[in-house]
Amino acid sequence: MNLPTFEFTPALVVAIPLLGAFLTPLVSRINDKLRNIFVIIIMGLTGFFVFLLAYDVLAKGIKVYVFGANTADTIQSLENGLPLLRILFEVDAMSVLMAGISVILGFVAVIYSWSFMKENTGLDKYYTLFLLMIAGMLGMELTGDMFNFFVFLEITSIASCALIAFWTNKGKAVDAAFKYIVISAIGALFILFAVALLYSQYNALNIAVLGSMIQYTFLDKIALILLIVALLMKAGIVPMHMWLPDAYSRAPSSVTVALIGATLASLYGVLRVCFTLYGNSLSNICNNLNINVHSMLGTLLILLAIITIILGVIMALRQINFKRLIAFAAIAELGYMFLGIGTGLTVLGNPELAVYGMTALKGGIFHIINDALDVGLLFLVAGAIYYATRENSLNRMGGLARNLKYTTVFFLIGLLAVSGMPPMNGFASKILIYESTYQLSPILSIIAILCSILLLAVFVKVFYSAFMGPAQPKFKDVKEVPKSMLIAMGIITCIIIFIGLFPQFVINTVVTPAAEALVNFGGEKGFYINEIIESFTLGGV
Amino acid sequence: MSGMSKIVKTISSITFPFVFIYGLYVIAHGHLTPGGGFQGGAIVASGCAMILVAYGSVWTMGKIKEKNLSILESLGGFCFILLAFLGLGFGTGFFNNLFVGNEFLFGETPKFNSVAANFNTAGVIPLMNFAVGLKVIAGLFAIVLVMAYASSIREDEK
Repeated sequence: MNLPTFEFTPALVVAIPLLGAFLTPLVSRINDKLRNIFVIIIMGLTGFFVFLLAYDVLAKGIKVYVFGANTADTIQSLENGLPLLRILFEVDAMSVLMAGISVILGFVAVIYSWSFMKENTGLDKYYTLFLLMIAGMLGMELTGDMFNFFVFLEITSIASCALIAFWTNKGKAVDAAFKYIVISAIGALFILFAVALLYSQYNALNIAVLGSMIQYTFLDKIALILLIVALLMKAGIVPMHMWLPDAYSRAPSSVTVALIGATLASLYGVLRVCFTLYGNSLSNICNNLNINVHSMLGTLLILLAIITIILGVIMALRQINFKRLIAFAAIAELGYMFLGIGTGLTVLGNPELAVYGMTALKGGIFHIINDALDVGLLFLVAGAIYYATRENSLNRMGGLARNLKYTTVFFLIGLLAVSGMPPMNGFASKILIYESTYQLSPILSIIAILCSILLLAVFVKVFYSAFMGPAQPKFKDVKEVPKSMLIAMGIITCIIIFIGLFPQFVINTVVTPAAEALVNFGGEKGFYINEIIESFTLGGV
Repeated sequence: MSGMSKIVKTISSITFPFVFIYGLYVIAHGHLTPGGGFQGGAIVASGCAMILVAYGSVWTMGKIKEKNLSILESLGGFCFILLAFLGLGFGTGFFNNLFVGNEFLFGETPKFNSVAANFNTAGVIPLMNFAVGLKVIAGLFAIVLVMAYASSIREDEK
C-alpha cells in the first residue's frame, strides 16, 4: 500500500475539488456554516497540494503522472513497443504557475462568498458548481492530453455558465450566460474538430507526442487555426470579446474572480498550442512562402493585442456601470499579456533577437499573474460596494470613502496596480513589456504606454466619483462590509504589495522557469516529457 | 400536467417494471455489452418519465421529492470519485483498477479463449458504472420532474 506522497500531487490537485463538489450537497444538508467551512477546507487543501506540486516541479523539473497505473510500468510498456494509451498529466513550470493563479483566485473567491452570497438560496448548488469549475480549470492547466484538455474545457464552461446565470432573478444574467454558453460551445466544437484532425494524422492524443511529430501539413495548419481561434474566443480577445463584459459584470463578484481564472486557463491553452504542440520550429517553414509560422502567428497575436488594448481602454472610458468598466479594463489587460507573448513568439527561433523575445515572454507571463490579482481585487471591491449600497452605477455613487474605509484603501491599491504605477506589481511586468516591444517596433510600446495612462485616467475618474465628493444622505447608514470580504480583499492586496516590492524574486523563482519551460523545445533541460517521447519513438510507431 | 386516462395509467404501470429491469441490465452489463452507466441510467429515467406523464407531475412530486433525488445524484458522483481514490490509496495510482485479479468483488480474470462472457470480471469498472447509473437516473429524473412541475404551475395560472 502506497500512501499519497509527492508522487500523487498532480492527480490530487484535480481530484480533491471534484470530491468536494460531490460531497457539498450532502454536507449542506447538515448545516450551512459547516458547508462553508468544508468548501474553504477543500480549497485550502487543493492550494496546499498545488504548492507542493510547484515546489516539486520547480526543484526537479517536469513531472509526469499516469492515470490508472504507475509511471514506471507505463515507461516499461512503452519501451516494449506498446502505444501510449493512458491519460497523462504533464506538469511543467508554466502549468504550475497557472494552477497557482487559479487556486489563489478560487480560494479568495470562496472566502469572499461566505458573506457576499449569504442571502441567496441554492448555495449548495453554487458551491458544487464552483468547485467543479475550479477542478476543470486545474485540469486544463495540468493535463498533457489534447482530448482531456477538451473535456476539462467543457467542464469549466458548463459550470461557469451556470454560475454566471446564478442571479437569475436579475434577468440580464441569463442573457450573459446564454452568450457565454454559445461562445463556449462553438469554441469547444472547434477544439474537438482540431483534435480529430490531429488524431487522424498522427494516431496520438498526447500533446508531447503530437508536438514531436508535427509536420505542418495543410491539415495541421487548419487544426492550428481552429485551436487558436477557439482559445482566443474563450480568452476574450477583441473581435471575439462580446461575451466578456456581459459575463464579468452580470455574474456575482465572487464568480467573476474565478471566471478570470477560467479565462486565463484558455490563455494558457493558447501558449501550450503555440509553444509546445506547434513548437517544433525546425520544420515550421511554409514550403512555398518561406515564412516562419511562429513569426506569422506572433505578428497576428501582436495585431490582435494592440486592437484589444485600444478598444478595451476606449470602451472602459465611457462606461458608467462599475463592473462593466472593470471588465473592459480586464480586456485591455489581456491585450498586454498577448502583446508580450506575441513578441516572444515572433522572434522564437531567431537567435539574434532571442534575448528581448525572452524578456517579452517573461513580461507577458508575469503580467498574467499581476492581471489576475489586480483585476480580481477591483472586482471584489466592486462587489463590496454593491453589497454595501446595492448600487452599480457610478452616477449614483459618491462620498463612499467615509463609510467604507478599508475598501477605499483596497481600491486605491488595485487602481495603482492595474494602471502600472511604480510601487505596485503592474509596473514591474508592464515595464518588461514596454522595454522589449520597443525593440521590435517603437510604435507598439508607445501605444501600450499611452493606453496605460488612459487606464489610469479611467480609474482615477472612478475613484473620484465613487469614493470622493460630498457625503450623500442616502448612503448615511452604509456600513463597512463584513469581515470575510475584507479578509479576501486583504489577501490579494498583500500578494500585490509583496510582488510589487520584490518583483525580481518572483521573476527568478516562478516566471523565468515558466518562460524557459515554454521556449525550451527539445533543449538540454528536456522538452515536455522527453523521456517518454524517446521511449515512444524507440518502440517504433 | 395532470394525469392521463385510466388505460394509460394501467399500461404504464405494467410496462414500468420491464423498462426498469432493462435499464438495470444495461447498467450491470456495461463492461460486457454495449451500454453502461449513462445509457442504462437514461433508460431507467425515461421509464420514470413515462410514469410522470401518465400520472401527472403533481402526483409524482407528492411521491418523490426533488431534494432526495439530488442527494442520490451527489451520492452517485461521490461513489465514483471514492472508487478512483481507492485506487490511489490501496493501488498504484488514481483511477487504478484495484479489484482486478483479487478473486473478490468482480475480480475474476476471464479464462483465455473463453467464449461466454463472465459477469464477475472487470474490477472497479462495473462498480463505477453503478455509480454513474445512480447519478444519471437521479439527475435526469430530477430535471424532467422539475420542468414538468414548473410547466404545470404555469398551466394553473392560465
